[in-house]
Amino acid sequence: MMPSLVRGLAPVRNTLDSGAVVIVQETSATPAVAINATFRAGSLHEPDHLTGVSYLTGRVIDRGTDRRSADVIAEELDERGVSLRIGSTRHTMTLSCTCLAEDFREVLAIVVDVARRPTFPEQELSKRRAEAITALRQDDDNPAVRAAEMLSEMLYGPSHPYGRRAKGTIASLERIDRDAIAGFHGRYIRPSALSLVIVGDVEAPQVFEDAAAELHGWRPSDVLPSVVPPPPIGPVRRIVTIPMPGKSQSDIAYGFTAISRLDPRYYSYWMMNNILGQFGLGGRLADNIRERQGMAYYAYSSFDATFAESPLVIRAGVDPNNVERALASIDAEVLQLGADGPTPTEVEETRQFLVGSIPRMLETNYSIAAFLQTCEQFRLGLDYDKRLPSLLKGVTLDDIRTAAAEVLHPERAAVSIAGPETLVEAAS
Amino acid sequence: VRRATLDNGLKILVQEIHTAPLVSVWCWYGVGSRDEAPGLTGVSHWVEHMNFKGTINIPREQMKGIVERFGGMWNGYTWIDQTTYLETAGSAALDQMLFIEAERMSNALYETAECESERTVIISELQGGENDPDQLLDIEVTASAFRAHPYRHPTIGWIDDLRSMTRDDLYGHYRRFYIPNNATLVVVGDVDADEVFRSAARHFGSIPAGPNPVRLRVMEPPQVGERRVLIEREGTTGYLKMVFHAPAATEPDFFPMLVLDAVMTGAKGVNLWSSFSGAPPQRKARLYTRLVEGGLASMVSGVLLPTRDPFLYSLSFTALEGVALSSLEAAALEAVERLRDSGVDPAEMTRAKRQLRARLVFENDSVTNIAHQLGYFETVVGPDFFPSFQQNIDAVTPEQVWDVARRRLGSGTRTTGWFKPLSDGVHAAQPAALIGSTEAVG
Repeated sequence: MMPSLVRGLAPVRNTLDSGAVVIVQETSATPAVAINATFRAGSLHEPDHLTGVSYLTGRVIDRGTDRRSADVIAEELDERGVSLRIGSTRHTMTLSCTCLAEDFREVLAIVVDVARRPTFPEQELSKRRAEAITALRQDDDNPAVRAAEMLSEMLYGPSHPYGRRAKGTIASLERIDRDAIAGFHGRYIRPSALSLVIVGDVEAPQVFEDAAAELHGWRPSDVLPSVVPPPPIGPVRRIVTIPMPGKSQSDIAYGFTAISRLDPRYYSYWMMNNILGQFGLGGRLADNIRERQGMAYYAYSSFDATFAESPLVIRAGVDPNNVERALASIDAEVLQLGADGPTPTEVEETRQFLVGSIPRMLETNYSIAAFLQTCEQFRLGLDYDKRLPSLLKGVTLDDIRTAAAEVLHPERAAVSIAGPETLVEAAS
Repeated sequence: VRRATLDNGLKILVQEIHTAPLVSVWCWYGVGSRDEAPGLTGVSHWVEHMNFKGTINIPREQMKGIVERFGGMWNGYTWIDQTTYLETAGSAALDQMLFIEAERMSNALYETAECESERTVIISELQGGENDPDQLLDIEVTASAFRAHPYRHPTIGWIDDLRSMTRDDLYGHYRRFYIPNNATLVVVGDVDADEVFRSAARHFGSIPAGPNPVRLRVMEPPQVGERRVLIEREGTTGYLKMVFHAPAATEPDFFPMLVLDAVMTGAKGVNLWSSFSGAPPQRKARLYTRLVEGGLASMVSGVLLPTRDPFLYSLSFTALEGVALSSLEAAALEAVERLRDSGVDPAEMTRAKRQLRARLVFENDSVTNIAHQLGYFETVVGPDFFPSFQQNIDAVTPEQVWDVARRRLGSGTRTTGWFKPLSDGVHAAQPAALIGSTEAVG
């Protein structure tokens, strides 16, 4: 009898000789398995002149290994209905997929082979570079992306790892050759930087055996610490507009630098962000801008904290004629929550929502794997799903008020607006 | 799956799944943009928005918070054949979820001020979509592919209709279609089915049935030649779209077309809620190998969904930087013609069917997704279709795939669209007037 998740997760964790961490969660809902192999290696580690090398490595890593040509990898994955996703962030590179339980051993072998023995053929690199440049050009034409990227640059500066484009630039992508990619891979994609999470219709002891066999002999190396410089000090309000003729709607990105995921105040900030721009359709922001004023289809905030002082970002998409009004409304909500803090009802509703949503965060194998990776990356513990309610219950109204007062100051906001007109006169 | 029908015609489908303490409730209505007359395009989608804005027994400001207190999420969507609302939350929230859906079916308010406020929200949603050249092209190509059938207009509606529609238009549409005999309630998760039936009868049983909605009866006349759309606008990237008239879900051609799509672009599955979020397994698919590996496109995709009437089989391509759309189109057509000339080989058939089998497992990985599929097929196609889905895929032969390719992918039934970027469209960022100001706001 396979376990149910009614009482929460019961993952098992092992560290292999190579330093790789393997975490397994058995589930029984479907005859399928989610594989998530995350390496602590992201755009953070790129030298300034090779921005985008992590992204491009991700695009070409699965196009040939010592044991399998690109064509064989394609055939072996396609015939099993498996789509291997490779995602690159500031801090990590993740290879992930879902496969049928009956295909698990073969698919795990391919995933490990791809990560461990890529050959980066020149021809493949050339094709994937052209695709990456096209993706950059698509971003150039996307107001939401341009506003977000500009906001990151304004908050952190153009050469800070959080401030530059994670995909690099056309010039840097053109500079990146096979040696640069092989060098990045050799240095950072190592077993000692790997956490491999397996969730699904499997038996943990067998998975450990399979993973150990696949990873056997892969030489460990020192894990290089993630060092993120602090953001610039003393920010003042600044607004930048990006004219994009031919577009219909303006996209606003408005934000601040806040705290890291490792900061003890994290849970206060999480709840504060939920009240500001998440609860329901988008917290206080959506209540004001969408529900009361009918100005935008979306208005929300996000706070995806990682290892350093991470951004708290507010987004809204509005008619170009409403940019000033939307900005004034964002300012008003930021000012009010920063000055007065939340109401007791808001605090209780948000707490109930976040505690109650834990089982829903664990609804699929894929989402359980992502959750367990977060636990591993931030050292939250294998019982984090059980401890999380008490962590949230420990946050007081005053804690949230303090968090809001620390970060929510319109006079310190960075604002970028991409869209058809440049109507912004600045809402101050 | 257990089924029941209340006296007022409401169908109820319940599946018990006890692997997690969750329940997903979906309430489906047989109404979508196909039911919209000229001048009222977008009314179904707008009605969906209004049904989140308060009922007689749930004031608007309290709509938010009921499900959230149980950690739940809620949402809704409208498409060509259907409108649906969902909540997924801890199983203790079941009664509240049924209460919300019963209120939504019969007691929504449609206050004039709320209708006006939502008008601009929806126009903002439309404008946001127009920012995406691929979406813009999709709307124009779909409109060109149909002459008569209401599938031609976008679900969000045409802008002038959104500006002119009245509160009474919205409320009239709501009253006509939001009746128990045009709805299906689906409950999947950690519940007791008998208890669900009892609770549903308590919440929905007193809602009176209405006259069965009168449907527009429009048949699309056969297309007699290729149609073309050219959008020239500011942008950075070229997009190509080719659409063909597809079979309805109940036509014999549907399953051979699904296998054909897997051969051409990789199998996605058929869950509109979850199947299309990432790239499918497609590295060996014909259009991928010809166009992406051939250095012409950065992306290819195909979409074929089960629909009530014949809709579209849609192929989309993103041109690689520097590649002319004419080269992309010629190569895509060559791949289509090769399929029409020679059919598929056995290895491709095996791969396509294996992919589809796997994707059907993957897209049933949660109570939310399982509930979606139960309600989608019940509403759009009718009962007994989904349980035999896998069997129908297994039964497809290479000859059937070749046959549908020959009959359905010819130039006479094709509509081709280009989004051709006018200039590079990239402009430098500009500091606004007060850059560097320390002046406080407020």
